[in-house]
Amino acid sequence: MRQRISAVVIGASWGGLDAYSRVLGKLPANLPVPVLVVQHQHPSGGDKLPWILDTRTAMHVVAPMEKEPIEAGCVYVAPPGYHMLVDVDHTVCYSLAAPVNYSRPSIDELFFSAGHVYGPGLLGVILTGANDDGAAGITYIKQRGGITMAQSPVTAEARTMPEAAIATGCIDQIHDLDDIGTVISELVFGLGA
Amino acid sequence: MKMPESVTDEQVSIEDIEIRLLLEAIYQLYGYDFRCYSKASLRRRVLHRLGMSGMPSIMAMTERVLRDQQFFVTLLNDLTVNVTEMFRDPEFYRAFREEVIPVLKTFPFIKIWHAGCATGEEIYSMAIMLEEEGLYDRAMLYATDIDKNVLAAAKKGIYSYAAVKQYSENYRRAGGKTSLADYYTAKYDGVIMDQRLKRNIVFADHDLATDQVFGEMNVIVCRNVLIYFDRDLQQRVFRLFRDSLDMGGYLCLGTKESLRFSACEEHFEPVVADMRIFRKRQLMKRETR
Repeated sequence: MRQRISAVVIGASWGGLDAYSRVLGKLPANLPVPVLVVQHQHPSGGDKLPWILDTRTAMHVVAPMEKEPIEAGCVYVAPPGYHMLVDVDHTVCYSLAAPVNYSRPSIDELFFSAGHVYGPGLLGVILTGANDDGAAGITYIKQRGGITMAQSPVTAEARTMPEAAIATGCIDQIHDLDDIGTVISELVFGLGA
Repeated sequence: MKMPESVTDEQVSIEDIEIRLLLEAIYQLYGYDFRCYSKASLRRRVLHRLGMSGMPSIMAMTERVLRDQQFFVTLLNDLTVNVTEMFRDPEFYRAFREEVIPVLKTFPFIKIWHAGCATGEEIYSMAIMLEEEGLYDRAMLYATDIDKNVLAAAKKGIYSYAAVKQYSENYRRAGGKTSLADYYTAKYDGVIMDQRLKRNIVFADHDLATDQVFGEMNVIVCRNVLIYFDRDLQQRVFRLFRDSLDMGGYLCLGTKESLRFSACEEHFEPVVADMRIFRKRQLMKRETR
């Protein structure tokens, strides 16, 4: 099965900062697709995550404004307090609609909107977390023909989120945390040719 | 385990057509124009209401919207996303107090327009700040929204006690001079805002998508409204704001909203860039298009 990947979406909650550092740290600066990430955070905690992640990866990390074009080689980090969505013209779209799974940003909201836009070209990844946000979204990515991946729960700081994703029956691949970055990179380059 | 059925590109485009028909029905029957709203978030909210309603399709929902006004009111509330807080983004209010208020103090009279005021939390925040700075009595505040139901709520100024507890913390971080409790009266499990705060506020319905220039304003506050609009509608609204502002007038946007991707950027200059406070500037002749 050869499948051209056009975007990667990743969701994490509890333990996400360390997980993101280790996953994004393995991605090269010239990754030919955009990466969009949701990390659950408290709305009053400030918007420092993009700056922290920027020190951990060779990719260009962006704290996007709304309508910002989504471009290859960049990591887009959802700000606290907003749902981050992908719009049909491949720009960032924000919403203050009610929290989903008690979360805003919600992983499901990103995954549903990205699944709609990128269809079979989307790679969705669920990392560590202590709730089941992302399970519905990863199911939709699978329904749209995309590729789905979860962190192996034994390597997760909180296993609820990857377990909930795996329990949907819609996960194609399960990998240890330290392998995920490399696998993403291989999928994007190897199958994208 | 049974795999869920696939959702093909064709099904997705049919959904898109259904959404367009729904919006057309709403526009033709009720006059609310959502056709230029940002596609991604509109789609999420329509599908969210569809899931909650238990109806089989967006077409079925359209049918119901055409026959059942109460259902439309529910959907309208979903589509307009009336999420707001008092002193939301306290750093913005602090910056406004420090950088804009001193300039406003030199004006004999001040007109402020809150476009998309929803349930009114931010207009009361502005009213409180103007009171504390001794400016309220020479200010006129215009609070507008597309949705008459939320305007009615804004006029009442009644909020839940749990919410107000969080607003108190915002107020403090925004540089409030006393205690937020000085501006409301607790009643049962809610609070009612000091009715004197309304003496110079005019509440009016106004649709940024279809209505015209509102008057010569010194300040326009429109925060987290433009995020729901597509690029063309944003362009219209930026022009409307430009034409409604006095020269040097202030435009305050939400923290994630930008003039950068619009053709109006040249008409404004940043005052406090990271808090999205801009000023209308005089264009040199060679700059005008």
